[in-house]
Amino acid sequence: MDSVLTLFYENREFIFLIIVSIFLGIEVISNVPAVLHTPLMSGANAIHGVVIIGSIIIMLEAEPDNYFALILGFLAVVLGTLNVVGGFVVTNRMLEMFKKKDKK
Amino acid sequence: MTELLQNSILEICYLIASVTFILGLKMLSSPDKARKGNLMAAYGMGLAILATILFKEELSSDKMLNYGLILGGLVVGTVIGMRMALKVKMTAMPQMVSFFNGMGGACAAVISIVEFDHISHTGSFEMGMLIVIILGLIIGAVSFAGSIIAYGKLEGKIGDRAFPGGQIINIALLIAILGLGVYMAMMDAPTPMYLYIVLGLSLLYGILFVMPIGGADMPVVISLLNSFTGVAAAFGGFLYGNQAMLTGGILVGSAGTILTVLMCTAMNRSLTNVIIGSFGGSAAGGKDGEQGTIKEITATDAAILLAYANKVSVVPGYGLAVAQAQHTVHNLEKLLEDKGVDFNYAVHPVAGRMPGHMNVLLAEADVPYPKLQEMEDANGDMASTDVVLVIGANDVVNPAAENDPSSPIYGMPIIKALDAKNVIVMKRSMGKGYAGIENELFFHDKNRMLFGDAKDSLEKLIAEVKNL
Repeated sequence: MDSVLTLFYENREFIFLIIVSIFLGIEVISNVPAVLHTPLMSGANAIHGVVIIGSIIIMLEAEPDNYFALILGFLAVVLGTLNVVGGFVVTNRMLEMFKKKDKK
Repeated sequence: MTELLQNSILEICYLIASVTFILGLKMLSSPDKARKGNLMAAYGMGLAILATILFKEELSSDKMLNYGLILGGLVVGTVIGMRMALKVKMTAMPQMVSFFNGMGGACAAVISIVEFDHISHTGSFEMGMLIVIILGLIIGAVSFAGSIIAYGKLEGKIGDRAFPGGQIINIALLIAILGLGVYMAMMDAPTPMYLYIVLGLSLLYGILFVMPIGGADMPVVISLLNSFTGVAAAFGGFLYGNQAMLTGGILVGSAGTILTVLMCTAMNRSLTNVIIGSFGGSAAGGKDGEQGTIKEITATDAAILLAYANKVSVVPGYGLAVAQAQHTVHNLEKLLEDKGVDFNYAVHPVAGRMPGHMNVLLAEADVPYPKLQEMEDANGDMASTDVVLVIGANDVVNPAAENDPSSPIYGMPIIKALDAKNVIVMKRSMGKGYAGIENELFFHDKNRMLFGDAKDSLEKLIAEVKNL
């Protein structure tokens, strides 16, 4: 019991942040028109690519002779970059087409 | 640079990044600002990545290899990601999103593996830390495996396969994964073996979870897996005490969940129903069998009907995407507009394989944005429409959703094609839609069928209209 409470207390600020972020996420997209569902999904997909920061931290913390961490960390950086770059570029491509329409 | 300054700059960069994520998502919800929003979030991401590399730790000469590998990884990922994202056809966008989502999930899972290895070496097993690592691994792995299966399915490389008793196996697997995870978290010094078993089971669960789900439900599944990856990223943020990862991940997790629910609502199905029951399987009841006779129409007659109509509305569906007929339909639109026909598109929110799929597809063919009508508006105008041209859509115009309570799609909002004066359905064959049920619209008096590939049929129609 104590360990659970300690866990809660030590991380109370994060838990607070999580709860607020959940409501923010719901609020932010609640008025999205159906036309933008796919770009929104794609954009959100790019944003969770933020996980790449974790992979960079792994690489920064890894000892230069810890090949296990280095190899997997490198793999994680590649995967994360794919998520970020691919996600944003695909979203931009979708939205570019919407923009052309507006000008006509 | 002092450590305080360095850390402050890093945290300020993360703060800015978090704000750009929030504003970016917000702007993505409005058509004029969407593109700016996406770019803004991308800049924020770039800033967060750059700041992490520069300010997270003191630059030291004995870690040059690490920095080299980070830059190498960024370059490799950027080159491959750019190539894939720029090369992919607009019709293949849904599976591309799924693929990139899978990469994010895999990234989260790998992070958990390395961190577990790290704490096994230091021997400092804390329960909180372990829970975060294990959950990050499970969710990341499920998201990765599931996304890749969804990608394969939409690419047509993997078929729908429902195993007998599949649901029971899935539930048992889920219980096993969670049970093992809890057991691991309680242990004083769990060995990596447990972690790999959890990883293996999670990957298997991801595969079995998506495998039996039919094409019509893929958008929901991709959106759900998208929010999974968001949550996995947030666990990573928890692990490192990193606010940018935490806010970004949770935002996507909650926004993705809401988006998933919105999609389910549009199909009048609950999320549990999507996950547990596979659409189009044996569960699909409803009226079956012959319901009357169908009437075919020739391209010539159809062309006459269209050319002399005052108002024509196109209901696009997945068949249009498969046939790559978006440019052809746009040509028909221009031709008929020259003849004074009022032409628009009635877009069902879940037509195609992803919500908004049809909008993206038609936008690619330069169809003006105001021509795309949302379902409610389209239904309001239906009574004054002379011809509804249904191109490769099925379930979204099935009247059973309104009048047959035993139908699996009963209650789903549909485009009320029958309110119009005439309906022409363009289809390859009498095959059923993804829900696997008959469509009584096809047998209705008002309806004529024009069989053939959507693109070929449209080209014939264009030729015939020109000949008039």
